[in-house]
Amino acid sequence: MTPRRKRRLYLAGLVVLGMAGATALFLTAFQENLILFHSPTEVAQGKAPTGRTFRVGGLVKEGSLQRGDEELRVRFVVTDTAHEVPVVYNGILPDLFREGQGIVANGKLNGEGVFVAEEVLAKHDENYMPPEVTESLEKAGAQPPHGPGGPDGSPQ
Amino acid sequence: MWLWFHRLASPKHFYRVAERLNPWLGSATLVVLIVGLYWGLVIAPPDYEQGDSYRIIFVHVPAAWMSLFVYAVMAGAGAVTLVWRLKVAEAVMRAAAPLGAWFTFLALVTGSLWGKPMWGTYWVWDARLTSELILLFLYLGFIALQSAMEDRRTAARAGAVLALVGVVNIPIIHYSVEWWATLHQGPTVTKLDAPSISLTMLAPLLVMALGFLLHFATTGLIRARCELLEGEARSGWVRELARRRRT
Repeated sequence: MTPRRKRRLYLAGLVVLGMAGATALFLTAFQENLILFHSPTEVAQGKAPTGRTFRVGGLVKEGSLQRGDEELRVRFVVTDTAHEVPVVYNGILPDLFREGQGIVANGKLNGEGVFVAEEVLAKHDENYMPPEVTESLEKAGAQPPHGPGGPDGSPQ
Repeated sequence: MWLWFHRLASPKHFYRVAERLNPWLGSATLVVLIVGLYWGLVIAPPDYEQGDSYRIIFVHVPAAWMSLFVYAVMAGAGAVTLVWRLKVAEAVMRAAAPLGAWFTFLALVTGSLWGKPMWGTYWVWDARLTSELILLFLYLGFIALQSAMEDRRTAARAGAVLALVGVVNIPIIHYSVEWWATLHQGPTVTKLDAPSISLTMLAPLLVMALGFLLHFATTGLIRARCELLEGEARSGWVRELARRRRT
């Protein structure tokens, strides 16, 4: 390698390293703004913003879902197994919403510590398998990643 | 081996090798994509939770992988452009950019279409989606830079710097789902322990990924050949080629 090429190689390496360093510092500084949602534990510790809209994410606690008779209003509890946040929501839930499933809700905490959601999104997990596998998993007594079937309990 | 590699740096030789490879790569692309699509859309079982709508991963995931891979190719060619000033590297870099942009666009659009029924929204500003959108802008910026500058070689050098600077985004996209709380799910296939996907679904996914890779190789080489012809239009071998084609 000629000295000129060597110098250019070092220069290119320096550009990449410098850029990586600057980006790393930038991302660490803005860590707080890069996360999409807060966990119930963070809400319990008061780390979540009060008085303005934020997102809370976690699992829908088993057995906590209550639906209104006529309207779309639902109540459920979001948990990260350590802490819980009660949520009320009036609107259409996504297909993947069900107990035990991960969700992200966007809204505000009211005075009583209830999270009033304006939007509820389902967070899909990284597991893909055919329905027969889940069935055999259940027969063997193992827990599938989370509840099988559609929101009404029927297999899709 | 080294000699063969060195000879590829000559535009004339690279053009001839690419020309010979193209029909093989093209037909392999066609076969692999047809097999992959039929396997993925017809033979593979539905998902236990998403039913048939999960089948978009057979396009979404390979497109997203390719969007990162093509950028890596572009940045690699950019580094060679800056250090060795090879015309072949410049052509490869230019050829890759629009293909990468399309792969990125495809990944964003398919993800968005899947997101509406599954998540409940087309778009959310989480780390994964945002960094992938930045990748699209990097590609578009590179393309704009190439057409903005008159002199091809200066444009190539400026583009190479942009490509190298943007390479920092690639690990960010890949690790975004692990570093920050995102709506996008974590990695299924590219993690250290066993993939969280049934083999009956993973196999067609990998076939589709191979098909996308072959497609990139085919179209990338065709585009690189065009770039070389344009850049070398005044040189002897291109004139010779044009004269032979005419007769």
